[in-house]
Amino acid sequence: MDFLSLVREIMPQLLRGTIVTLQLTGIAISMGFIIGTFLALGRLYGNRSISAICNGYIQFFRGTPLLVQLFIVYYGLPRYGIRLSSFTAALIGLGLNSAAYQAEYFRGAIQSISEGQMMAARAIGMSKFKSIKNIIIPQALRIVIPSWSNELIYTLKYSSVAYMIGAPELMAQAKFITAKNFRYFEVFIVVAFIYLVIVLVLSRILDFIEKKVRIPGLQVSGG
Amino acid sequence: MSEDTKTILKVENIHKSYGKESILKGISFELKKSETKVIIGPSGTGKSTLLRCINGLTKPDKGHIWLDGLDITTPGINIDNVRQEIGMVFQNFNLFTHLTALDNVRIGLIKVKKLPKKIATEKAMATLEKVGLAEKAYHYPAQLSGGQQQRVSIARALAMDPKLILFDEPTSALDPELIGEVLQVMKNLSESGMTMLVVSHEMGFARSVCDEIIFIEKGVIVEQGPPDVLFSCPKNPRTREFLHKISELYGES
Repeated sequence: MDFLSLVREIMPQLLRGTIVTLQLTGIAISMGFIIGTFLALGRLYGNRSISAICNGYIQFFRGTPLLVQLFIVYYGLPRYGIRLSSFTAALIGLGLNSAAYQAEYFRGAIQSISEGQMMAARAIGMSKFKSIKNIIIPQALRIVIPSWSNELIYTLKYSSVAYMIGAPELMAQAKFITAKNFRYFEVFIVVAFIYLVIVLVLSRILDFIEKKVRIPGLQVSGG
Repeated sequence: MSEDTKTILKVENIHKSYGKESILKGISFELKKSETKVIIGPSGTGKSTLLRCINGLTKPDKGHIWLDGLDITTPGINIDNVRQEIGMVFQNFNLFTHLTALDNVRIGLIKVKKLPKKIATEKAMATLEKVGLAEKAYHYPAQLSGGQQQRVSIARALAMDPKLILFDEPTSALDPELIGEVLQVMKNLSESGMTMLVVSHEMGFARSVCDEIIFIEKGVIVEQGPPDVLFSCPKNPRTREFLHKISELYGES
């Protein structure tokens, strides 16, 4: 079978996997965004114990392999009566993992904002909460976009690890196909190409957003 | 007591140390309505710490501060409400980087004073007009000169209708040619009856505008009095020496 007819034959199955990959990435990155924001704020503005808990979370998820985390969630939790589908387990693992990285990016962004911004907000009578919400977060979100773009791309690529627990994403579909036809080279070249296209499209979108929300004088220094 | 001579700020026996180093050792003074007082003194002498105590950014270890009769050093007081009534102008302007000049002035009115957007906008524009920057309303801080940024930050403080505005070395981060426009705005403000406490070594400003100069050194008030008196016949030799030094440095114009 020539390359093009092979591609035509395997494409529907790979696209089904691609959709699962996109769902995994989209939901995990959003979950990580919400949890990561709270982790970063907790670490920076929380009292000592909250800060320590957030820091512990970040250290654990950054300091252990994603695959180990996925195995704990998927194979480990049933022992405690928590049985998750491989898709849900992959989502939770990826989301919790991404939260730790996103928290660090947010923390870096927040710390790059001069202390004077908080002081000035407090000086006009804003509470700490209002200052964070109205002054610090809007600036931090703009500053974080470039490093956050990287995290999105990493999450997309790392979602391929989820095939190890049987989540039916792009990589898993490719493994199914090659188990039948043994055309590893062609199939994985196509898979690589699909990942690449998604990454390029996402980068374009994020570049666009970055330009759209850019404010003079508010960029990562030197970036 | 008539309305004009009402005491707006009363500072009594303020002490503050950081670790073993004591910065303020019993500062007391008063500021009546519409008065402008200028605090001078060598660097590291506690001037900024004093301002930070007054607007609650730092807690004094001992002593009391009253704002318009209310003891704001009482434990448990809502410091956010107090700060609404005390404007603060910083050395480094500290304008909100992500907001236009208009939004910098407006955000406190909307988020803190809860004014409707339309009224807040009108008020913010009127205040920018007062500092001569209405035409820069839609510029971001990075698009303004230092002098313009500082004038916006004065507008931001002024728009909140504070009882008192504190100035922490408002011109010392500015290029010399930009100082004049900021001092002019401060002068207008003082003449229009705003109560002001200014940490600054701009002696020209002090001489022409302020009611009293307070000379602080090593955490205590060495001498205080009207500028004429302090310049012509200071009681303390340290005051004479210091005034001489800064007049040389900054000029007197």
